[in-house]
Amino acid sequence: MEHIVIIGNGISGITAARHIRKHSDKKITVISAESDYFFSRTALMYVYMGHMKWDHLKPYEDWFWKKNRLELKKAYVSKIETDTKTLHFQEGGSMTYDKLIIASGSTTNTFGWEGLESKGVLGMVTKQDLEQIETYAPNNKECPRAVLIGGGLIGVELAEMLRTRNIEVTFLIREENFWDAVLPEGEAAMISRHIESHGVDLRNNTNLDKIIANDEGKVRAIITKETGEEISCSMVGICTGVKPNITFLEGSGIETDRGILVNRKLETNIQDIYAIGDCVQQREAIGNRKPIEAVWYTGRMMGETVAQTLCGNPFEYNPGHWFNSAKFFDIEYQTYGWVFSDKKEYEAHFHWRHQDDTKCITIAYNKDTHEFLGINTFGIRMKHEVFDRWLSEHQKVDFVIRNLKQANFDPEFYKHYEKDIFNSFKENLQQPQL
Amino acid sequence: MSKIEHNMSMTGDAPASVSTTQKIASALGLLGLFILLLALTNVDFPNKTLFLSLSLGLIAAGTIVFANDAYRGKHAGIKNDGVWLKAFTNRGLSAWVIGIGLTLFYIVLYWFPEYLGLNSEGGNTGVISLFDPLSKLINGNPASQWFVYGTLYTLAILVFGYKFILKYRHNNYEILRTFSVMFFQLGFAFLIPEILIRLNQPYFNPANLWPLNYDLFAGYKIDEFFSSGTLGLMMFAFGILSIFVISPILTYKYGKRWYCSWVCGCGGLAETAGDPYRHLSDKSQFAWKVERWVIHSVLVFVVVMTIAVVYSFLGDDSKDTWLTQDVFLWGAAGFLTLVFALIMIFKRQELAKDAKYGAIGYFVIITAIIGMNYFSGNNQIFFFQGYQLRSWYGFLIGAAFSGVIGVGFYPIFGNRVWCRFGCPMAAVLGMQQRLFSKFRITTNGGQCISCGNCSTYCEMGIDVRAYAQKGENIVRSSCVGCGICSAVCPRGVLKLENGSQDGRINSEEVLLGNDVDLMDFLNQK
Repeated sequence: MEHIVIIGNGISGITAARHIRKHSDKKITVISAESDYFFSRTALMYVYMGHMKWDHLKPYEDWFWKKNRLELKKAYVSKIETDTKTLHFQEGGSMTYDKLIIASGSTTNTFGWEGLESKGVLGMVTKQDLEQIETYAPNNKECPRAVLIGGGLIGVELAEMLRTRNIEVTFLIREENFWDAVLPEGEAAMISRHIESHGVDLRNNTNLDKIIANDEGKVRAIITKETGEEISCSMVGICTGVKPNITFLEGSGIETDRGILVNRKLETNIQDIYAIGDCVQQREAIGNRKPIEAVWYTGRMMGETVAQTLCGNPFEYNPGHWFNSAKFFDIEYQTYGWVFSDKKEYEAHFHWRHQDDTKCITIAYNKDTHEFLGINTFGIRMKHEVFDRWLSEHQKVDFVIRNLKQANFDPEFYKHYEKDIFNSFKENLQQPQL
Repeated sequence: MSKIEHNMSMTGDAPASVSTTQKIASALGLLGLFILLLALTNVDFPNKTLFLSLSLGLIAAGTIVFANDAYRGKHAGIKNDGVWLKAFTNRGLSAWVIGIGLTLFYIVLYWFPEYLGLNSEGGNTGVISLFDPLSKLINGNPASQWFVYGTLYTLAILVFGYKFILKYRHNNYEILRTFSVMFFQLGFAFLIPEILIRLNQPYFNPANLWPLNYDLFAGYKIDEFFSSGTLGLMMFAFGILSIFVISPILTYKYGKRWYCSWVCGCGGLAETAGDPYRHLSDKSQFAWKVERWVIHSVLVFVVVMTIAVVYSFLGDDSKDTWLTQDVFLWGAAGFLTLVFALIMIFKRQELAKDAKYGAIGYFVIITAIIGMNYFSGNNQIFFFQGYQLRSWYGFLIGAAFSGVIGVGFYPIFGNRVWCRFGCPMAAVLGMQQRLFSKFRITTNGGQCISCGNCSTYCEMGIDVRAYAQKGENIVRSSCVGCGICSAVCPRGVLKLENGSQDGRINSEEVLLGNDVDLMDFLNQK
């Protein structure tokens, strides 16, 4: 029986395993050094916040794996011998495979600052990171203040986590507003205000110079680059993004750049070895997508795709319209299609914001053809299926604005804002004729 | 694994969860309870009206001040911080103290009301006598233990309803739903029946439907209805209409939520006072299996019991009335056969294997009992007299299950144990909801991140995530439509909706967002 080995039990690896099992009888082994069972990485924060216990993070009960004949192995793969198709484990022992799927995910991205190795300097990616946070920031007596470096989705999650235990948070961001490399200015500014309203000391245009440890090697303070200010703290969260977790592949002959290089069939340069998820770098970017996409959904889609290929039904990875979502403290965010903060030359934006400063939308459209390109929505839930359809149909922006109600996904009895948005669109934009 | 479990779920430090204002508020509320406790020990208060008002007022004020301090002036949004880190909400010492306290209260209430001050001869003493002024004001009679219970129950729904509304003030569905349960409890469950008593009419709560209200067709109740003129007949007719006509129509249009989380008193208490315990329900597949067998067995029990009770009430002389024992028995058997046949003919493919076995098994049991009774001709169903069956049902299900376990164990098993495992009304509505309703919870394309908030906070123990992460609608007979899964979802994936039957039960192999060719290839297979 063909033996398929998957390195990594995150969403990519587990999706691949589940789908291969659905379509075949192959022997499947999933290896992870991180946890015994698959868990939802995006929910790690809720364990620290006390919303959930560790067990709640597991999407499948523990009997599921045996019942579906998915063998789980807890080990760290330290070496891959591609010519003999053998994996060697750090703990000792080895395993052979017929086909290998690498789904090793991401690791915290750092910039080589001084003092990075101090105790209490950590990222927020793995289960082990969460244990570290619990150790260094259990409460506001042990950790009166934490400093977060870099403003992205992990940074705001960490800020929200720490604030639930009344720990003061200083949040250093390089940019003018939170995440404004991705979000258009109006949105980034609104989210920045919201983060500050939760008691976070948000420092814009501020970089880290170095981290200072005390005699025991534990972080004591940081110094900012711009003003040289020393901010004392007991924990430093590194939130400057993630990078593919591929150091264990050194010397294996598997071709890498920043990530594992794959073609559209998710094949690496070596036969019978595939790679999916965060650790992957597309040889050529797909549409407007970045070559490396560390997103839950893309990991899952790659898992769905590679499973088909391995079950004798070869498919290229060809993701549909871009979508994503997040939550910034109390404000939910969803995006469908493309809305660039740094507008493309053909792109125009319509921005609407509610006066309570917790809801806004930005619609991107082609300024010449008026074709709808994408939407960011904050504080108003919208339907994935409807926007996916409108994007495929190349609908015009005024069609989208006129029919926005069809896309609403807020709970029953919620106030609707479509009329308000429609009026604002009519008033503020001379361009598209309605 | 055990290390992280220990670290993160039990000893993680909750933020200072109780502020000074909240401590003072708790003290006020406890002072109100203390007055009740003093009354229980037969302290004879000089002015009962004053002290009763003081007691209830302090309990209400304490809860309101507490809720204001906890939620007002803070951001509107999900407030689950530290839920699993606090003893009170994670089965710690305080949870056990409350659980045992509530359980003891129910035991005394059901079986030893004399300890509360109910005397078979002479006036009330103890805590019941404290409620005499209020009882006389509303229904004209001295209080009973049930009046005391009803008053405290209603008070709990009102003040904890206020707290719930503040907690979910960003969510109009939750606000409206909570106003609704507060209204039905205060008006329909508490005031109307008491006022009816004052007017010398039968005690009748229009919102308490058979089979939850298992006594509705008991002989003494029917006598009451028929001896109370037009109003009594209207009540009786409404009781029959509401289970056979009104509730199926409403459940078809809105799902069982119209009753379970908008009207019902048990649901009302669970959603308000029980809200801090909603996450304690068991989500395992095993618990779901147990749930299906237990709740449907209770339903069979109540059906057999009611048939037996009505049967023994009816005469067997066809000169008095067309509705003789035989007519009734064959009518009931015919009706059950019809329901069984319709489900098996039209909805067979939607039933799981064990549901089919269960349905057939229960059907055989009920018809066998009816047949046995008819042919043996000794007026005994299941070898017991109807009244005996009823008293067993009242003891086991009505008191022990719904009260002692259902509410007493809130802090240990969660707030919907009775509704999930025991309530025959929920079983009836659940069948309708699963098989003949427009209600479903829809999921939003491919947006689910499997975080598990929905499953964790589902009071009915439904593993909502298992459906959401497959992009599948949630169509479950136990769902009471409280809307909390949708509220706690951080990615806007879940929505409670009433829509067409087409595509209500769906399952897609690959979620929206992937290659359209792949989706077509797999989903249309």
